[in-house]
Amino acid sequence: MGSQGGFGQSKEFLDLVKSIGEARSKAEEDRIVLHEIETLKRRIAEPDIPKRKMKEYIIRLVYVEMLGHDASFGYIHAVKMTHDDSLSLKRTGYLAVTLFLNEDHDLIILIVNTIQKDLKSDNYLVVCAALNAVCRLINEETIPAVLPQVVELLGHAKEAVRKKAVMALHRFYQRSPSSVSHLVSHFRKRLCDNDPGVMGATLCPLSDLITIDSSSYKDLVISFVSILKQVAERRLPKSYDYHQMPAPFIQIKLLKILALLGSGDKQASEQMYTVVGDIMRKCDSTSNIGNAVLYECICCVSSILPNPKLLEAAADAISKFLKSDSHNLKYMGIDALGRLIKISPDIAEQHQLAVIDCLEDPDDTLKRKTFELLYKMTKPSNVEVIVDRMIDYMVNINDNHYKTEIASRCVELAEQFAPSNQWFIQTMNKVFEHAGDLVNIKVAHNLMRLIAEGFGEDDDTADSQLRSSAVESYLRIIGEPKLPSAFLQVICWVLGEYGTADGKYSASYITGKLCDVAESHSSDDTVKAYAVAALMKIYAFEIAAGRKVDLLPECQSLIEELSASHSTDLQQRAYELQAVISLDARAVESIMPLDASCEDIEIDKSLSFLNSFVQQSLEKGAQPYIPENERSGVLDVASLRSQDHHEASTHSLRFEAYELPKPVIPSRAPPVSVSHSTELVPVPEPSYPREVRQTASVSPFSETGPSELKLRLDGVQKKWGKPTYSSPAPSTSSSSSQRTVNGVTHSDSTGNPNSKTRNTSHDSKRSQVEISPEKQKLAASLFGGSSKPEKRPSSTGHKVPKTSTNSGAKSHMEKGVVSASEISIEKTTPLQPPPDLLDLGEPSITNIAPFVDPFKQLEGLLDPSQDASAVDHGAISSSKSSDFMSLYADMPTSGENSTVANPLSSNLESFGSAHGGSTVVYPTQTSKGPNLRDALEKDALVRQMGVTPSTQNPNLFRDLLG
Amino acid sequence: MSIFLAKVRRSSDSPDLLSQAATMIHFVLLFSRQGKVRLTKWYSPYSQKERTKVIRELSGLILPRGPKLCHFVEWRGFKVVYRRYASLYFCMCINQDDNELEILEIIHLFVEVLDRYFGSVCELDLIFNFHKAYYILDELLIAGELQESSKKTVARLIAAQDSLVEAAKEQESSISNIIVQATK
Repeated sequence: MGSQGGFGQSKEFLDLVKSIGEARSKAEEDRIVLHEIETLKRRIAEPDIPKRKMKEYIIRLVYVEMLGHDASFGYIHAVKMTHDDSLSLKRTGYLAVTLFLNEDHDLIILIVNTIQKDLKSDNYLVVCAALNAVCRLINEETIPAVLPQVVELLGHAKEAVRKKAVMALHRFYQRSPSSVSHLVSHFRKRLCDNDPGVMGATLCPLSDLITIDSSSYKDLVISFVSILKQVAERRLPKSYDYHQMPAPFIQIKLLKILALLGSGDKQASEQMYTVVGDIMRKCDSTSNIGNAVLYECICCVSSILPNPKLLEAAADAISKFLKSDSHNLKYMGIDALGRLIKISPDIAEQHQLAVIDCLEDPDDTLKRKTFELLYKMTKPSNVEVIVDRMIDYMVNINDNHYKTEIASRCVELAEQFAPSNQWFIQTMNKVFEHAGDLVNIKVAHNLMRLIAEGFGEDDDTADSQLRSSAVESYLRIIGEPKLPSAFLQVICWVLGEYGTADGKYSASYITGKLCDVAESHSSDDTVKAYAVAALMKIYAFEIAAGRKVDLLPECQSLIEELSASHSTDLQQRAYELQAVISLDARAVESIMPLDASCEDIEIDKSLSFLNSFVQQSLEKGAQPYIPENERSGVLDVASLRSQDHHEASTHSLRFEAYELPKPVIPSRAPPVSVSHSTELVPVPEPSYPREVRQTASVSPFSETGPSELKLRLDGVQKKWGKPTYSSPAPSTSSSSSQRTVNGVTHSDSTGNPNSKTRNTSHDSKRSQVEISPEKQKLAASLFGGSSKPEKRPSSTGHKVPKTSTNSGAKSHMEKGVVSASEISIEKTTPLQPPPDLLDLGEPSITNIAPFVDPFKQLEGLLDPSQDASAVDHGAISSSKSSDFMSLYADMPTSGENSTVANPLSSNLESFGSAHGGSTVVYPTQTSKGPNLRDALEKDALVRQMGVTPSTQNPNLFRDLLG
Repeated sequence: MSIFLAKVRRSSDSPDLLSQAATMIHFVLLFSRQGKVRLTKWYSPYSQKERTKVIRELSGLILPRGPKLCHFVEWRGFKVVYRRYASLYFCMCINQDDNELEILEIIHLFVEVLDRYFGSVCELDLIFNFHKAYYILDELLIAGELQESSKKTVARLIAAQDSLVEAAKEQESSISNIIVQATK
């Protein structure tokens, strides 16, 4: 603290800082600051303030502004201070203005002159101060005023000045690239500056330039590589060392540049392999900065043309990151993994458990990063698990920014990889329900189109099934409060089109629901418009089908209300609805054909059907039509408009002049005199089936961003996980890596995972046992693809530990299970020999027989006992036994399950592992463990998926989205 | 069905307050464990109102985090890297794809330079001499980029400025003394 007195601040200022420091609340702080502002306002306006006093005032202003208050009344004094001759004051002035003013502030113009003068100063410190200000304050307009001087300073004798001049030019480049585009040669020259600081600074602008256009800097690859090599060989002055690393910040910058230059360039990439490899070897992975460089190397390796050796080194580094205890490194590992899987998709497999650990980590940052990774590695086989996870997470967060992002990712993945339309619709429902206000409205339109177009082929039954299920799910949801607008639009549209299509629901039921929607969302015109349009469709279909239409009273009142609505759009719809229902069946059918939303509308642009009418009129003496551009006396505007082949006659109203706020389709439809009605009624809605169909025909896909619809073909076919049994090599490696992962978790409490020192290790072991099966399961579903487990030998894996990746991993897990249960057995029922447990799984092939979902039934029962068991095993064994008995009673369906025969009744773990053994029976299951509830849920899900034909018709779906 | 198509929705909470473009570090923030601001430096344009909001949001986001968690938080599409020294938090905001570990070390570099300058720096040094801290930061970072990574060079420059300032001060006071004397 000792230094605070010696810098010339007055006691007053020190007191201010102190009192703010001691303020107990924000309000108190604000009060003090406001008082200070009043004081300063008064003082600063006094005449003849001594300069040193003024300097202190300015610093106090800076302080006030830093605390978030407005000090703009004093800006001008700070500007004045920059004019001062004394460096001390000038420096303070520059500091204050750079902190106060943004680059577009009006006062800047008053400083430019001073800056110009100071850039010419003999004192290099003055020049430095001015250059600092240049970097902050000079905007696009004022660049020319200082540019020549700054360029001149590139050759200044002092390296500090050269460095700042480079940074200033870099800033100019960012502000206005064209202003310095002719100076590129200067940057190249500065790269060879004697001073490493200047060279390092030059990397900033070069990196920007290369980002924009790497091709014109390929010749620099050799220079960059040689600089990097020299840096790595410690040829730079010692003062650039940081934590024993030679100039790491410069290394990082160079690696960034090399990554840009080597991307997609074989020759350039080859030039850098050696040096990047060297650096990776030399990196000190115990220090943070070493890891920073290492991470940058991985980024570089994943960006340049792949080199097997470097990839291997990168993979090693990643696994070090992931295995680290530091969350920072795990985070970097996940990020790096995301970069590397683009090149070698296989490497993720060995880290699956680490990834899942990160996914379940309480640290939100890490979790989100992991979601990003999952997003990158999604493929058809794991899309369901990933998207479900994402949605689960999305539901529980409040951060709108991230919610939007994750929602759009869900949508994107669902559109790309959805295994079935059913699933797609369900997923979209969930996304809309929880983040509907945040997703792009296009998503809603895509969903509508999907439902409308169905599978896109001849499979009509599937189409109608899809629609009925959509209708059904929407009718279920519709009553819920607070549905987002976009989702309601979809619901209304679908109900209107297909609500009555399968005959399951009566028209009056659907219309009632629609009226409810319109009523309960009376402030949302768009939803109301959709609802009315849907009503019209329902009634039209009823009339066309020859049924008598009774308007519900609430519908009647809705129409009346809308007829008087302030929104002309709603009025129009209401009147149209009334008009349509008064027509006869034949007319209605032709206006509102059933299920015609996807049909093309043919437009007769020449209006040939009017020819006879025109002929007649001409014969009666009417004026012949003169095309607009041939007419005289027409405004220029009109002729301009004619380029748009708008042929609106000048005699009629010009509708185009009143562009609607919403961009509306009719601009595409040539508005010809007859079709004015369409223009008049810019009803942006399906109430006009012709328009709708036309839209579909004109641009079936134009509205959807390419990114949303494009099928990402690369990587789709690539499986992460190798087929389980194909090669023994990866299996051993993965199982061993898992072992080490487990080893890590173990090492906290006990050195030896399978040791029999049960007293100390019991709890930790069990907790691990409780988690890992679920993780294994998740890992399998994320990484392994769904087909793997089927090949698992039907034994409790630990006898044949290395048959396959999956079983290898699992066997280890089960070993854990067994050992844990072994312990507990010995504790509670010491008579029971463990081997029985192992036998449980083997004979159960017979179990395939009738299976009525005992898991589901058991779920509820298991819950409490499981929680309890997590807390303390021994103490609650009695209560558990009762639970178990009830389980026992519920078990007859799986009666042959050997658990029943096993008298280990008071031991829940044994029950769990018994299941673990017997699960082999069900081909879709991967692993089971004591964490019964989760396992059961998963199991139910898996079997449900098995029932739902997920591969029903993947091609059709692809067609739709392609 | 799709006439509303063109009505593209914009998220109300737009992250594009500032250009995502080139700036590496968007701002530097120092606040205490009690959330009191100790130093702020904005390299991207933020209005005074936004600044207050940013500080409030970030201190709310960072202060509750446990010591073992990542030293990074995602925030409005950016990343904020922070590091705690005693009761003081140093934060820097960067773009999504920047190297977080590097930023952690830049923070540490700044702290080392401060330490060297003040002689085992503590929070009080920064409170009472925040303008000095600004000068040091200005020698380290410029326009959001690291301009100098050598502690020695930075220290030398600051020392040169200080000595000049001190010299000027002495001169000034002696002149004013003369004037005072003369006008007596």
